[in-house]
Amino acid sequence: MIFDLVIYVLIGIGLFFNILAGIGLLRFPDVYTRLHAGTKCTTFGSIFLIGSVILLGLKMWWEKDTNGSVLALHSALALVAILLTNPVGAHAIARAAHRSGIKPAQAVIDELSEEPMNVTTDERRGGD
Amino acid sequence: MKAFIVTTIVCMIIYLILTTGSGTEVLGLWSFIELAFGLLLSVLIGFIARSVFVKDSYRMLNPIRWFLFLGYLIGPFFLAITKANLDVAYRVITGKINPGIVRIHPDLKTDLGVTMLANSITLTPGTLSVDIDEDTNDLYVHWINVDKKALERKPVECKYICGNFPKWIRRIAE
Repeated sequence: MIFDLVIYVLIGIGLFFNILAGIGLLRFPDVYTRLHAGTKCTTFGSIFLIGSVILLGLKMWWEKDTNGSVLALHSALALVAILLTNPVGAHAIARAAHRSGIKPAQAVIDELSEEPMNVTTDERRGGD
Repeated sequence: MKAFIVTTIVCMIIYLILTTGSGTEVLGLWSFIELAFGLLLSVLIGFIARSVFVKDSYRMLNPIRWFLFLGYLIGPFFLAITKANLDVAYRVITGKINPGIVRIHPDLKTDLGVTMLANSITLTPGTLSVDIDEDTNDLYVHWINVDKKALERKPVECKYICGNFPKWIRRIAE
């Protein structure tokens, strides 16, 4: 009973952060800031969602159902895969975006294209 | 020979995880035929891919490094991920951003160390690794909330971007 409650709470936290990632994708101005929302929040949300699935699998395993072991171990492997590939994918997208000439929006400084922006934060805020 | 053994064992572990529930003969999880076939495949793959999987050093064979890595994942890394998500949540809701791309010099030498640091940076508060200078292993990092104080010294000091991660990673991977 308490076990089920823990599982529901974990699913809730995971869903909250995944929804947050979706809202972030809509609200942020350019590709880099959207990637911030898209990688951090989905990874964190997935940790909790998969954690709940692993707990469910362990519970089934405890009750002598062999399908539980399949569920728990395969989900753990999926979690490892997500943790490894999500940042690498984000890095690849960011690098490709910068190479194809997309400047970071509202940037204070851009050392990668070797030309410091003249607009400081305060001036930009004043100009808005 | 060492490379072959390492590759075979890693393949076998992944095969075992993917085929759980195939029978009840071994530990209630695997069948004998599945184990035999997995061993055959692992040996074959270990033979073919040994030079791709293991480059030149056997540093990561040391179990102390694995426990350090596990401790790093559970301790400072998970804490940083949690902080990162609260930070992004705050920025999603308020829309306050102040972005920029800065260059940091983490002073790591191995490929594995730089990969781990870049991945950690991407998942920790307000930062996203964009590019790498392969001669000096400098990282270009997109920073969502640039700190004015940090820009006074070039290249920007690591403690603003990634805290004490380079220390941990140097202990784990170098």
